[in-house]
Amino acid sequence: MKYDKNSYKQVVNEYTPKNKMLRNCVYAFIFGGAICLLGEVIKNIFMNNFGTPEQDASTISSVVLIAITALLTGLGWFDKLSKIAGAGTAVPITGFANAVVSPALEFKREGFILGTASNIFKLAGPVLLFGYFASFIVGILSLMFK
Amino acid sequence: MNYVMSFVVGGIICVLGQIVIDTFKKNNAYLLVLLVVTGTFLGYFGIYDKIIEIGHSGATVPLLGFGHALAEGAVEEAAAKGFMGALSGGVKKTAPGVAAALIFGYIVSIVFNPKGNK
Repeated sequence: MKYDKNSYKQVVNEYTPKNKMLRNCVYAFIFGGAICLLGEVIKNIFMNNFGTPEQDASTISSVVLIAITALLTGLGWFDKLSKIAGAGTAVPITGFANAVVSPALEFKREGFILGTASNIFKLAGPVLLFGYFASFIVGILSLMFK
Repeated sequence: MNYVMSFVVGGIICVLGQIVIDTFKKNNAYLLVLLVVTGTFLGYFGIYDKIIEIGHSGATVPLLGFGHALAEGAVEEAAAKGFMGALSGGVKKTAPGVAAALIFGYIVSIVFNPKGNK
């Protein structure tokens, strides 16, 4: 295959990671921001309409976002969305929810116990392991340095 | 104003995540672990509380906020119950999110079938 100057430039541009990174960051900002905004909206709905205290409303808002993500993952829409949004969907709690739901779904054909149930933490397990480990360390630190 | 700050702070945290993804090109699981552990220590040192004050849901919805909740729970329970509190605090505080993900995930996997990798 032969390249002239222009088509070569075109190929180079196609594979230049810097541009792509900038574009990815813009999408991550927009989608990530939108998800956090949605979280704030849900939180305020519970605080204003049901008089839920802020801490609880914040937890409820996470749970609702997790439920929405689970549904969208089941419908196959979340994967399409995350291809565009990148970290915009991976960094919020939606990324954790998707990490739980997608292996659960994927391993369904191997049965509900040995497939779904035993693979449900395939991706999220490391997160919980290191998260709980870090929280234990922090708890001990807080005991040592009052 | 809270809405604007949620959007901006949440967006910025996601951009940082995107930079990590694009720089190291590792599986997303690495990013999630990094975020949770970072959030836990930022929470312990009280830095993340300030970010939440500014960003509200923009700071609590990202996984850094999950880490912050782990730290907050561990410190609170450790103060009340000592060693056992340090063990249980973080788990307790984050239990609703983990349980929700597990339960909804299981329901979804019963109802739907995998769509294939397209």
